Amino acid sequence: MLKTSSIEEKLQTAVGSQNLRAAALGDSVCGARPQFVAEPEDEQQLASLLSCANEMSVAVIPRGGGTKLDWGNPPKKAEVLLSTARLDRVLEHAWADLTVTVQAGSTVQALQNTLAQHGQRLACDCLWPDRSTIGGLLSTNDSGVLRLRFGALRDLIIGVTLALPDGTLASSGGKVVKNVAGYDLPKLATGALGTLGVITRAVFRVHPLPHSARTISFSAASLQIMQQHVLCIQDSQLAHTALQVRCAADGQPNADMLFEATEAGISAQESQLRTLLGTTRGEQAAESVWNARQQLWSSADRAVIAKISILPAEVANMAGDLQQIANVQKLPWQMVVQATGIGTLRLDGEPEHLSAAVAQLRAKLEAQGGSLVILHRPNTLASLDAWGNPGDALPLMRAVKQQLDPKGTLNPGRFIGGI
Amino acid sequence: MNRDLLHQFRAIVGASGLFSSLEELHTYECDGLTNFRVMPLAVLLPASTEQVQGIVRICHRERIPFVARGSGTGLSGGALPVQNGIVISLARMNRILEVDLANARVVVEPGVINLEVTGRVQPQQYFYAPDPSSQSVCSIGGNVAENSGGAHCLKYGFTTTHVLGLEVVLPDGSLVHLGGKTLDRPGYDLAGVFVGSEGTLGITTKVTLRVVKRPECIRTLLAAFPSSNEAGAAVSDIIAAGMLPAAIEMMDNLAIQAAEAAVHANYPNCGALLLVELDGPAAEVEALMQSVAEICKKNGAWEIRVAQTDAERALVWKGRKAAFAAMGRISPHYIVQDGVIPRTALPQVLSEITRLSQETGLRVANVFHAGDGNLHPLVLYDRHVAGQEQAAEALSYRILELCLAAGGSITGEHGVGEDKKRMMSKMFSEPDLATMQRVRCAFDPLQLSNPTKIFPTPRMCGEKAGEYVPHPLESAGIAERF
Repeated sequence: MLKTSSIEEKLQTAVGSQNLRAAALGDSVCGARPQFVAEPEDEQQLASLLSCANEMSVAVIPRGGGTKLDWGNPPKKAEVLLSTARLDRVLEHAWADLTVTVQAGSTVQALQNTLAQHGQRLACDCLWPDRSTIGGLLSTNDSGVLRLRFGALRDLIIGVTLALPDGTLASSGGKVVKNVAGYDLPKLATGALGTLGVITRAVFRVHPLPHSARTISFSAASLQIMQQHVLCIQDSQLAHTALQVRCAADGQPNADMLFEATEAGISAQESQLRTLLGTTRGEQAAESVWNARQQLWSSADRAVIAKISILPAEVANMAGDLQQIANVQKLPWQMVVQATGIGTLRLDGEPEHLSAAVAQLRAKLEAQGGSLVILHRPNTLASLDAWGNPGDALPLMRAVKQQLDPKGTLNPGRFIGGI
Repeated sequence: MNRDLLHQFRAIVGASGLFSSLEELHTYECDGLTNFRVMPLAVLLPASTEQVQGIVRICHRERIPFVARGSGTGLSGGALPVQNGIVISLARMNRILEVDLANARVVVEPGVINLEVTGRVQPQQYFYAPDPSSQSVCSIGGNVAENSGGAHCLKYGFTTTHVLGLEVVLPDGSLVHLGGKTLDRPGYDLAGVFVGSEGTLGITTKVTLRVVKRPECIRTLLAAFPSSNEAGAAVSDIIAAGMLPAAIEMMDNLAIQAAEAAVHANYPNCGALLLVELDGPAAEVEALMQSVAEICKKNGAWEIRVAQTDAERALVWKGRKAAFAAMGRISPHYIVQDGVIPRTALPQVLSEITRLSQETGLRVANVFHAGDGNLHPLVLYDRHVAGQEQAAEALSYRILELCLAAGGSITGEHGVGEDKKRMMSKMFSEPDLATMQRVRCAFDPLQLSNPTKIFPTPRMCGEKAGEYVPHPLESAGIAERF
């Protein structure tokens, strides 16, 4: 291992001394404090820094807005924090072609503001859009309620440029919505938690902002009844944009539906929905109900927050299992589940109880082909595995990692199976 | 192929699952792109995942390259056999294994025909959205390999949007599961990488698909314009008005003539025909359809029809879907091209295509997925006229260069295959291609799975990616790198 001073000198050469500073306590990643923070000015500088660190076997942690830096497992090593903050431009909004090219460090909100000037949006309502960056959003594969209608980020991204640890800047995909030339590396980078390369720019297909929007909420006596409503709505010909269920250890479950269309279209659908719901009353609700997922993070220092995924028709059963497990461990819980079967769960309680509950619930979910991924946990539970069972594709995932980051420079140990 | 190996293969698939005589092999020497032909050593038709694994293990042990094949309808030579290799046909693995409508999932074997998926879920008002024109004969496995699109992917997305999980036999014969019935399985999105990899990463033996509820109302509008310019302007206005139709298709006069001759779709004889389909809740569709009609009128449409019945709608689509094959009515031979441009570049690219057509004296018919800028120029020629075939091929590649110059792609849905690999280095840089090949090496270090496709210059796995140094002849402009 080289001396710190020698490492610093080399990193400075790669990125310029003005763009490298000593890391502060606030730059820590899951308790690990890096030595340096680098803020390259452009893609080339970013690639040089990465290759320089790679050559010296110095671990690099990419950081966008830092909002989800604690997702994944703690890094085995964290020497350089690589910030994309300065790569923050929207490079090209080809509004008439419904595409946008944006640098990784742009915040999601800044991008949305640019798109809104032409009545468009990136159809992804992520967490903390004013601070989250495009690179971080992609790397963590965050998705919100719009996913039901518009798909996940994998369905919105059409091109990517990655800086690989050896300094290669590689693009794949393109700037057109329809394109099957070459491998789909935008999908590989999405959700890879920055373990294969650092995303420096992305191209998205964008969607028109809706003419009008209306939210209708309703409640049900039990999760079983709510499940029947949700399945019935999903099996109908309504063209809603979003459908979420909010539930907790105590109290009735509530559902929220978002309609986005012309006024005439919305009114017709609202009346169809009322017919479907029968005696259950739907009320128009405020837009703020769509913040429910993000609100799970408020005062969550001692909580575990996890992303769960299950078949949509199994949500009520899963919630039954959850209730049972939580009762035994005496843990209050809250959950926001989308009609896609993806939910965000918050459990509060003592660390040992949380840890046991997560293990039990994960086992139940995995037995049904689902998954539980930890997004947030108390510091005392840092060793609790974030990912769960990787399945039989783990050797293949390791082989992909080996090809693109053979020295394990990027985010070592943070991803599934110790990748 | 030596007798011992044939014997081993026969032991896996049975006598009826192995073709090795010349007359049997002829059927498999090409796919839908018939100007490339290679005779395979043998063709195997496994009936199960285990049989596919057994075959691939032998290939791995003996270093025999293999090419998976679905229905063989591909248009880029993706299922073209490779020298000294075998073909593995998935045609016998054609069962729909599971229909789970509560979760909108259908699990199929790769040999299932695209339209059969919709056929199975239609009674409950569901459908499988990707609809390539060949959907009545093409297989899901082939769709997965090519990431097939279709007219309705503007709204519904491509094959990759609808494939949630894959069982894959890797090129060493091992079995992996990528993705699954639930969303966002932890780990890399390798299903996303596999879909569209054109058979170069392994063979899929089971596919979990997402099906979609049929919308309450579907309306198809047909508008006749004096030329593609006006039709193109109408498309821009539809998009600018914030609408996302299920499909927007355009055909020029030559394509209309051919389709009319073939299936009598009762199209108006015009410079350019626009076909706009809206779907969704009835009240919404009716409101938006009026706006579409007004936009078309404003842009010079002199005839507008809205299909009133399912039968009328089916006829409108029949004309469009038959457009490629219909070229046979107006030309002895033709090349189907597949390129993509940013939609706004349409007028400029079309006028360039017209110029090239005049320059070469070859007619070009144009069929587009106009909503997403996917062009299908059809270059018409007569093979019996000396030099015309070569001229047509050259023109067809020139069109792709136009697409690239406009910021587009060399293929929107047909794939690179054998046909366009030489265009890949015009679209991507050396580091881009080298990075893709590194991913390939993770799946197939020995490069046995459809090894000669997609990439212009195969890289041996383990070979270090270095900076590209042009050959002196290339630097001097004497030779070109493909």
